[in-house]
Amino acid sequence: MVTSTSLVYLIALPLFGSAILLLAGRRSDKWGHLLATALSASSFGVGLYQLSQMLARPTEERAITQKLFSWINVGTFNVDAGLLLDQLSICFVLLITGVGTLIHIYSISYMSHDENRRRFFAFLNLFIAAMLLLVLGDSYLNLYVGWEGVGLASYLLIGFWNQKPAYATASKKAFVMNRVGDMGLSFAIMIAFATLGTVSFSGVQEASHTASKAALTGIGIMLLVAATGKSAQFPLQAWLGDAMAGPTPVSALIHAATMVTAGVYLIVRSNFIFDAAPTAQLLVVIVGAITLMFGALVGTAKDDIKKALAASTMSQIGYMVLGAGLGPAGYAFAIMHLLTHGFFKAGMFLGAGSVMHGMNDQVDMRRYGALRKFMPITFATFGLGYLAIIGVPPFAGFYSKDAIIETAFNAGGVKGILLGSTALLGAAITAFYMTRVMVLTFTSKERWEDDQHPHESPLLMWLPMAILAIGSVTTGFLFTRGHALVNWLAPVVGEHAEDEKVLLQPVVVSALALLAVVIGVAIAIRKYQLSDVEKVAPQNVSFFTRIARKDLMQDSFNEAVFMKPGQTLTALLVQGDEKVVDGAVRGVGTMALGAGSALRKTQTGFARSYAALILIGAIVLIAGIWVVTQ
Amino acid sequence: MNPFNYLYVAGLLFTIGAVGVVVRRNAIVVFMCVELMLNAANLTLVTFARINGNLDGQVVAFFTMVVAACEVVVGLAIIVTIYRSRRSASIDDASLLKR
Repeated sequence: MVTSTSLVYLIALPLFGSAILLLAGRRSDKWGHLLATALSASSFGVGLYQLSQMLARPTEERAITQKLFSWINVGTFNVDAGLLLDQLSICFVLLITGVGTLIHIYSISYMSHDENRRRFFAFLNLFIAAMLLLVLGDSYLNLYVGWEGVGLASYLLIGFWNQKPAYATASKKAFVMNRVGDMGLSFAIMIAFATLGTVSFSGVQEASHTASKAALTGIGIMLLVAATGKSAQFPLQAWLGDAMAGPTPVSALIHAATMVTAGVYLIVRSNFIFDAAPTAQLLVVIVGAITLMFGALVGTAKDDIKKALAASTMSQIGYMVLGAGLGPAGYAFAIMHLLTHGFFKAGMFLGAGSVMHGMNDQVDMRRYGALRKFMPITFATFGLGYLAIIGVPPFAGFYSKDAIIETAFNAGGVKGILLGSTALLGAAITAFYMTRVMVLTFTSKERWEDDQHPHESPLLMWLPMAILAIGSVTTGFLFTRGHALVNWLAPVVGEHAEDEKVLLQPVVVSALALLAVVIGVAIAIRKYQLSDVEKVAPQNVSFFTRIARKDLMQDSFNEAVFMKPGQTLTALLVQGDEKVVDGAVRGVGTMALGAGSALRKTQTGFARSYAALILIGAIVLIAGIWVVTQ
Repeated sequence: MNPFNYLYVAGLLFTIGAVGVVVRRNAIVVFMCVELMLNAANLTLVTFARINGNLDGQVVAFFTMVVAACEVVVGLAIIVTIYRSRRSASIDDASLLKR
């Protein structure tokens, strides 16, 4: 393994920026955003340099490591704080720093009226540093540090406008639900340490050949729990919609392109565990399939443009998790969809931010309409992202999503047919709700108020959108040309032999997917473009629409099943503490008090009665002695 | 003469003294009853010294007498003082400490 000394700069640069901005305080208000953007960009530069170095080396020497310091050194258990850059991490490094830098640039303009813009950039830099640590750590323990770091950054940024109580609550909700997932990761690390005796990726990979299946299944399931928490997958998905309380660039960077895909990274990185534990792998597929339908259904009912996009993110990550659960055949496609999704979804979120910017922060799509005339660049970039996500050839989503649908169909047996059909149905619904977003926002009739003056956003905002739009057009083609990404990732995720017996030919799958897309788009156009849309969401809707608007009752379910019993339990414990523990303490006091006042009555103050008592006592004593000695 | 007869007399004396302490109100009478009880104890000590054939009991009896003499001096002084301040020698009246 080649060692390097320059990997640490990837993380150190944004971390340094975050520290400077937070420590310098208001003094750095004037130039803080520029420093943060420059440091993020230079981290991207280091990433590009590393990529060029990597390309210059032969395949087997491409992965490089750097040992920072010896972290934990107890007996036979040694963990170094070490970094690992291989073919998988470099994809993430470039995505995080590349998209991150674009979003920094966008935020300079988007947040220019916010008096806390410097703090915002400090948190953004902190996020970039933590996310890079997550993907560069060479052991589960190092990954865990970054994992918690991005959780912290996410919490700080969702609650960035914490003067609004609802936003502060949303950040707490995200934080608490993430903790549940994080517990899974810590359990996985504990099981790995207890059964395999090591927590480094290479060590676990070696040990996984000889380890017991039960241990690997346990680790796999716990890793899946961690992934569901961070990636907003079923059943820990409820926080993502509320996380849209954060500023839009945050939604684009953290809750669309990078952090929420950390779960997919974790599963793909742990491919050796899931390959050896079929039960855990099956659960991954099930979680992915459920979430992709769940997110798609929620997306059809949301009128808030950001929440509709958030539901779509959830659904698309469902596709990635589904891909990652299909084993060596799907890992590369999961990563490919992750990368293309990073481009088009970040682009669309920035587009949504641009629309909100021009519409006085209105987020209700029923109050938009006909914005194409006023925001041509936003319309164009959002439209390219839209074509990419619904999977129209030759845009990026077509290549990556079709690959996952095709792999799902070819998973074999009933499982393959079920998964494939789910993915196909999800594609149709995706086409429906994304067309709905597109039509309601840009093409249908005007439904906004007279005092709103929609206008195009400034250069600093549309330039990142344009670059991301180019990415959403080209990346799919580039990644699939000569199986570029599949071959690139093969040393990390394992080679996959081409299956002889396939259920459906790629052409057939593509045709079916396109048919699904056309149906979805047609229904959406008929419903929203060709008929009038009400300004206020109609109330006399079907039962399904109503529960979809309420996120398929996810919050009610969590409240009824976890929150209410939890509250009852704590109330019981408080009562138990007051009644039993405090009661015992107070009871001793009360008893002494009562005994005292009872005994006080014998103190009459008459000397003769005392004398009589002494006499009686003496007689009783003597009688007692006499009885005993007889 | 059977030495146990002295013990019976001592027991009788003690009982009279004890009953007197409990039932009489006049402090002087109560005081005399206390003396009666002390003397009953002295008689018992001397009797036991005789029965056992040594002088231990008699020595203790002398101590008791000395202590009793001191007690009489202090006790009578207290009773006289109370009588002077309260114009009463009833011990039931002297229950101020209770309040």
